Amino acid sequence: MSLLTLDRLDVRHGLLKAVREVSCDIADGEILALVGANGAGKSTLLRAIAGAHLPAAGRIVFDGVDVTTMRAHNRVALGIALVPEGRRLFTTMTVEENLAVACASGRPGRWSIDTVMTLFPMLRARRKARAGNLSGGERQAVAIGRALVTNPRLILLDEVSLGLAPLVVEGLYRSLHSLFEGGATLVLVEQDLNRVLGVASRVVCMLEGRIVLDGRAGELTRDQIIEAYFGLRRGSGRDDKVQGQP
Amino acid sequence: MNIINLLTQGVLLGGYYALVACGLSLMFGVMRIINLAHGDFAVLGAFLAWTVSDSADISPFLALVAVLPIMAVFGWLVQRGMLERSLRAGMLVPLLSTFGLAIVIENLLFEAYGADTRSLAPMIGDLSFGSWAITDQFNIGYLAALIFALAVLLLGGLSLFLKHTPLGRAIRATAEDADTAELVGINSRAVYGIAAGISVATVALAGTLLAMRATFDPYSGPMQLIFAFESVVIGGIGSLWGTLLGGIILGMAQSIGAQFDPRWFLLTGHLVFLAILAARLLAGQVGARGGLRTSLGIDA
Repeated sequence: MSLLTLDRLDVRHGLLKAVREVSCDIADGEILALVGANGAGKSTLLRAIAGAHLPAAGRIVFDGVDVTTMRAHNRVALGIALVPEGRRLFTTMTVEENLAVACASGRPGRWSIDTVMTLFPMLRARRKARAGNLSGGERQAVAIGRALVTNPRLILLDEVSLGLAPLVVEGLYRSLHSLFEGGATLVLVEQDLNRVLGVASRVVCMLEGRIVLDGRAGELTRDQIIEAYFGLRRGSGRDDKVQGQP
Repeated sequence: MNIINLLTQGVLLGGYYALVACGLSLMFGVMRIINLAHGDFAVLGAFLAWTVSDSADISPFLALVAVLPIMAVFGWLVQRGMLERSLRAGMLVPLLSTFGLAIVIENLLFEAYGADTRSLAPMIGDLSFGSWAITDQFNIGYLAALIFALAVLLLGGLSLFLKHTPLGRAIRATAEDADTAELVGINSRAVYGIAAGISVATVALAGTLLAMRATFDPYSGPMQLIFAFESVVIGGIGSLWGTLLGGIILGMAQSIGAQFDPRWFLLTGHLVFLAILAARLLAGQVGARGGLRTSLGIDA
């Protein structure tokens, strides 16, 4: 059955419609790669699912509960966790405190500060360090750990690799592998197609706020995805916008 | 010996200023609200303590057992009912609404209690005037010492609370980034309400102590706000231990000024405040991230 249902979701930034009539079902255990160019509405969609941004229209149903207007902290208690773009750590607090603060308000489960430290061994030595003094990779590990300790059923990862060296990204993805194998439900937003295609079971491509491609990862060719990514394919319900492009 | 006496009195007075200021500092640190009704909350607390101890015929210290929880709930209500709404309308609206609240409190107190100047000093026996005579020229008043000790205990306790308890961590996380705090499961509105409750309870304590060591009337609030504000700015905004230091610097400046001429008591304090503010501005510290967000004494 589907864990998350989006029903004709509209999300706006003031006058700008960042997400337009998006409908989508995400099944339990699915690893969904959400791809698209900058400004396609991926981050906004994740923030709307997590409750950081209230939608203008449409519905969000999580595990049978309508969460459309529910506040973000209550969605965490239901099992939705977002790793936000740009990490957004509490920089004046230590690594351990960053994790503890999330621990206190999440659900019970297998993830704790200790299991996160096992997943990201480099954090163990840095547990008393201020989050503001960490390297980019360490920060991203803390941000992921902070989401994990709430023991979510749905994890939304927004641009894990942004601003990180390829080697560091490689390491993070290796650590995340146990997550991918372990039957977690994930939505991954990435710019790097190759990276996500390696792990995702399903690919959804957004263009100008709409879903223009949705299929099983193994059944889509790279060219199909790239066409959808840049909007090269006509007639997918968004031709009204093409004229406006330079 | 005289100079030691002078400095000691200044330090002890600074303890009182730190006590008034710590709630102001907390509220600014967590919610970015400059509460212009802060001094009037102190006076409201003093009137409440006066009423409770007068009608029940008990010591004002015992009255605090009732006053502090009442004021904490009042602070929570002000936050949830008024400040939370005004925060959504931008930075200026909370400032204006607390200014309005200050006027309302002053006039309601005037309406209820009249213009008489009161004091709790007669209700606390020789605590109000007794002192330890160290030498001929060096005395330490019981009450002044008690207030200073309470200030250190309160600031220290608050600091430990923020650092080591789950609720304290949630307050610090919300202070730094309320949106992200929500995303890790913290109810930021509830945290704001609790922080406001703590802030108002501490200032009610300060107001009651003010009423013991001096006199008060319905319009005493704004002066206390100024002392609190000066202590906070001198000590660095948002830092609890800095607030104690700021209070001490202000208290010493006033004591030293008064030594030359009693009329200089307030003036010297204001001048030192302005000098430190100007020095900070020149050094580019005010408005710098570190200065504003030295999050609640964690750096102190």
